[in-house]
Amino acid sequence: MWRSIQLRAGLIVAFLALSIIFLIPTLVDPLPKWWGKFLPMEKINLGLDLRGGMHLLLEVETQKAVESALDKYASEIKDALAKKDIPARQVERTPDGKISITLPDSKANDRFSQVRADQYGNLKVASFREQDGKFLYLLEMNPKEAKAIEESAIRQGLETIRNRVDQFGVAEPVIVPQGDKEILVQLPGIKEPQRAIELIGRTALLEFKLVDEENSLEDALKGNLPPGSEILYQKVAEKDTGVVTRRPYLLKKRALMTGDVLTDARMRIKSDFNEPYVSLDFDNRGARLFDQITAENVKKRLAIVLDNNVYSAPVIQERISGGKAQISGSFTPEEATDLAIVLRAGALPAPVKIIQNVTVGPSLGQDSIDKGIRAALIGAALVVVFMAVYYGLSGLIADWALFLNIVYLMGAMASMRATLTLPGIAGIILAIGMAVDSNVLMFERIREELRLGKTVRAAVDAGYDKALFTIIDSHVTTLITAIVLFQFGTGPIKGFAVTLSLGVIINLFSALIGTKVIFDWINLKKQLKTLSI
Amino acid sequence: MGIELLGKTNIDFIGKRKYAFIFSVVLVSLGIFSLVQMWRGQANLGIDFAGGTSVQLKFEKPFQLDKARHALEVNGFKDSELQQFIEGNKLLIQIKKSEMTGSEGKVADKILAVFSKEFADNKFLVDSTTEIGPKVGKSLRDDALIAVIVSAIGMIVYLAWRFEFSFGVAAAAATFHDVLSVLGIFNILGKEVNLLLVTALLTLAGYSLTDTVVVYDRIRENLRLRPRDPLDQVMNSSINEVLSRTIVTSLTVFLVCVALVFFGGEVIHDFSLALLIGIVIGTYSSIFVASPIVYEWRKGKKVKIRTRR
Repeated sequence: MWRSIQLRAGLIVAFLALSIIFLIPTLVDPLPKWWGKFLPMEKINLGLDLRGGMHLLLEVETQKAVESALDKYASEIKDALAKKDIPARQVERTPDGKISITLPDSKANDRFSQVRADQYGNLKVASFREQDGKFLYLLEMNPKEAKAIEESAIRQGLETIRNRVDQFGVAEPVIVPQGDKEILVQLPGIKEPQRAIELIGRTALLEFKLVDEENSLEDALKGNLPPGSEILYQKVAEKDTGVVTRRPYLLKKRALMTGDVLTDARMRIKSDFNEPYVSLDFDNRGARLFDQITAENVKKRLAIVLDNNVYSAPVIQERISGGKAQISGSFTPEEATDLAIVLRAGALPAPVKIIQNVTVGPSLGQDSIDKGIRAALIGAALVVVFMAVYYGLSGLIADWALFLNIVYLMGAMASMRATLTLPGIAGIILAIGMAVDSNVLMFERIREELRLGKTVRAAVDAGYDKALFTIIDSHVTTLITAIVLFQFGTGPIKGFAVTLSLGVIINLFSALIGTKVIFDWINLKKQLKTLSI
Repeated sequence: MGIELLGKTNIDFIGKRKYAFIFSVVLVSLGIFSLVQMWRGQANLGIDFAGGTSVQLKFEKPFQLDKARHALEVNGFKDSELQQFIEGNKLLIQIKKSEMTGSEGKVADKILAVFSKEFADNKFLVDSTTEIGPKVGKSLRDDALIAVIVSAIGMIVYLAWRFEFSFGVAAAAATFHDVLSVLGIFNILGKEVNLLLVTALLTLAGYSLTDTVVVYDRIRENLRLRPRDPLDQVMNSSINEVLSRTIVTSLTVFLVCVALVFFGGEVIHDFSLALLIGIVIGTYSSIFVASPIVYEWRKGKKVKIRTRR
């Protein structure tokens, strides 16, 4: 008997020591330097609801990536046909995701068929018909290729967002894919949520487009949009009043250059006006391209377009070599900094839509922690006092088990780096209430056995034996729900499931071993005639 | 020395089952009514299920709820639901799905702009903003439904394995009774059905079974010890024997839930309230509902209880 008591007491103390060691990094800050060398550094994580921060679920509009790939095909085909002097009308992407091509005669058709077979064999002919001597094609993309484009859009989107967040500077961000087309972004402790959303959600597609000066803007605004051109707007803010107006531009649809040739983008300040702008550096290919574009279009206006907003449309005064350009506009320094970040990190291959945004301010987080701790202390105090009053000294033994429970639970959470959320705190409090349940079941059973006239020792043994299965049954049912909640719950609810299920398992240990060993020890040391229960 | 809350009792619980059934039918009907409302799309679903926007503000000084409501209405937010927390001068604004369409991510900003303008003399901090698109709402709803179904199956299977089939079904019935009752009461109180409430209900389901299991265990034990006694007598004495532990175990959890309701803060207030009400109903049902169902089921038949230990 003595040996068994020693063994069990040893187990209890060992777990207690372990829990405390695991808890110290959470409670002590800063840790002494030698601690990390051979002792665990894991901390209990605070969930976003306690710590404050932002939880975003982004849906990647992958079909847009497929559409832009189709656009690219369409423009390539157009170029290829033009190069070979094949007359073609309307090489365009249709709204349902195909490329339509119209050829005026059979000669053109024959030559086009050759080009198609040679260079665009991966595009399938979805339909082909002859009408009034014209030949109409609908080409479509191989579904496998479309799927690959969608997948890479998600992968690249993830990478780009990660870059942007890193450069923005957030500690411990979580950026992971979720489901088919979603990206989960968690930014703990973020101070300017609005700025972060702008930064993450922006597509940041930078394009250089020529202003269409052959056609009239007025006509286009009335609805006579020349083919191959589009109207985009520039937002102009009045310096003094802050009133924003939209100035229209008629631009050639085709982008001469896009932001993928950037090697760097930085916020700079124009010394004479004290005005922030973003400087751009191009790579070799970009520098060559820019040199060529500017050489070919001197005295024309080149618009700098970001996400379909015109930022500026300066007149090209002379050929620009050297691979540098700048975007100016009426920026605040923050806007310019953020713009530089998104340009540096690159464009998202497809736009993203924010489908869930939960932001908790630091004030509420702290408030929740304070209230959670207060509720836990009050709840625990009520239970402790009740047990001591209702079961006397045995109640104190149950309180000891309760103490073990809480320390073990926190220690386990720290060792697993589990995340504590507000519902998680509620789970702990609930586990406190349930922790004494097992003891209540045993004590009531012991009382019954004592009433039957058994000795203290026999009553304690019988009480534990007979209550054992009831205790296991009742814990298993709670555990089932806790595990299901863990599986299907999100965020804060998962935190609840974690604390509740850990609480239930630890509860079994502390109730069955933690208290019994004390009863056994008392029984061994003195032959009790009566038991305070 | 310890205290005993209840001495030896001898209450005829089985005999009083008719009253209990009437009471329970009323409670459960309330719950079914709110389920029907949910199915017809008329229930008060939280924004996590329905989609929408919620913003919680913490003002520097006390404010008038009417003024806040007026400010929102004037600025085009007609269907907003407002809730004031006097402690800490907090205001919760919720706007459900319909107004979200097309302008996701912008509603919260607009609300903040309204308050910066209309409450210029009373500064506020943004405690939290939540915006949930309709698609996410649907997937959260589906997940919650799956969780409810899976845990219900899990519990019935476990109980059917541990006890006789009739006990498993009756325990499941008692559990549904508890969950539906709380749902019904919440509906009457005008509280919303959200993710936290579903979590509370599932927890409750698990916990209410605990009490039922305690009673069943004793019935099973007594049926073995006294195979010749009539079923109602065995059941009655079993319930009486475990009455004090059923009440005491519930009481300890009840105490911590009281602490949560009154001191846990507004975020988990309704969650804790659901648990609190649920524990009372769960205790009632394990005494007055779970065993009488088994009795009704088996009263004519020869008692043969499988005992697995």
